Amino acid sequence: MNRRLLLLAPFGVALVAGGGFLAMLRREQAGTFDPRGVPSMLIDRPVPPFSLPGLASSDLRGRPVLVNFFASWCVPCVEEAPVLMDLRRAGVPLYGIAYKDKPEATDAFLSRHGDPYARLARDLPGRVAIDWGLTGVPETYLIDRDGIVRWRWVGPLTPEAVTAELQPLLRRYA
Amino acid sequence: MRGVLALVLWLLLAGPAFAISDPAEALPDPAQEARAVAIGQQLRCLVCQNESIEDSGADLARDLRRIVRQQVAAGRSNREVIAWLVARYGNFVRLRPPFETGTLLLWGSPVLALAAGGGAVLLARRNRPAPPPPLSAAERDRLRQLLDRT
Repeated sequence: MNRRLLLLAPFGVALVAGGGFLAMLRREQAGTFDPRGVPSMLIDRPVPPFSLPGLASSDLRGRPVLVNFFASWCVPCVEEAPVLMDLRRAGVPLYGIAYKDKPEATDAFLSRHGDPYARLARDLPGRVAIDWGLTGVPETYLIDRDGIVRWRWVGPLTPEAVTAELQPLLRRYA
Repeated sequence: MRGVLALVLWLLLAGPAFAISDPAEALPDPAQEARAVAIGQQLRCLVCQNESIEDSGADLARDLRRIVRQQVAAGRSNREVIAWLVARYGNFVRLRPPFETGTLLLWGSPVLALAAGGGAVLLARRNRPAPPPPLSAAERDRLRQLLDRT
């Protein structure tokens, strides 16, 4: 009896592990799980104090805004540009922070792909971005009227992410 | 043929050139630099993720290396420098995760493996069949007969 149980144990372990991996894969395909994702430390915390040419942390109060880190050298930012333009047309206040980007290059990028930003800041050394815990561009943050970070999206914003995640949050914090 | 051989030898010599560490980045004080390297080796590069910031060639890793060195030069302790980065990137930035509830299973796994192995050994011992009883007098006689026949 015991011996048979011991023989079955490896199969049991394999079954449980296989089930776990399958669940991870499913969630990864559904986009609800990213094994490489770095969780943001800013969620439900105030924006780190900063002052950049074009934008300071004190400007992020009074109404909910989206802050989008981008760069002209960033390919996913091109992919994201139409989604941001749609947000602008929908009247969502969007502030841009150009990450490690030459001003001329940023300006050329915006005239080519459209300028969705109500305000534009430049973080040439990329130092403010580190205070935000930025891992790459593009990244988008939702700041509520009290200057508290409520949401972060890593990588290009997709229309699906906007309808499924951003719009409900914008309604909640409006 | 000789040209190819020479080329191969030269390429073998080029190995150390893969080290990305830029001497201009290093702190002038060797003791401080050693500390900065020791801290950097415990910090994950957020771009390549399985490399430390000391090993990574990513831009962000270089910025983080510079920040670590600035803070070391300013006299901050290793713990303070790491806490500064954890405040921004979370425990994910540490290549050596801290011991806490979320990592209990991770740090406990060697103990668990040892317990499982020990349990298996104990179980195998208990199930070992009992040694056969000593031979009876009749069996001993029969054995002697068999041995004597040869």
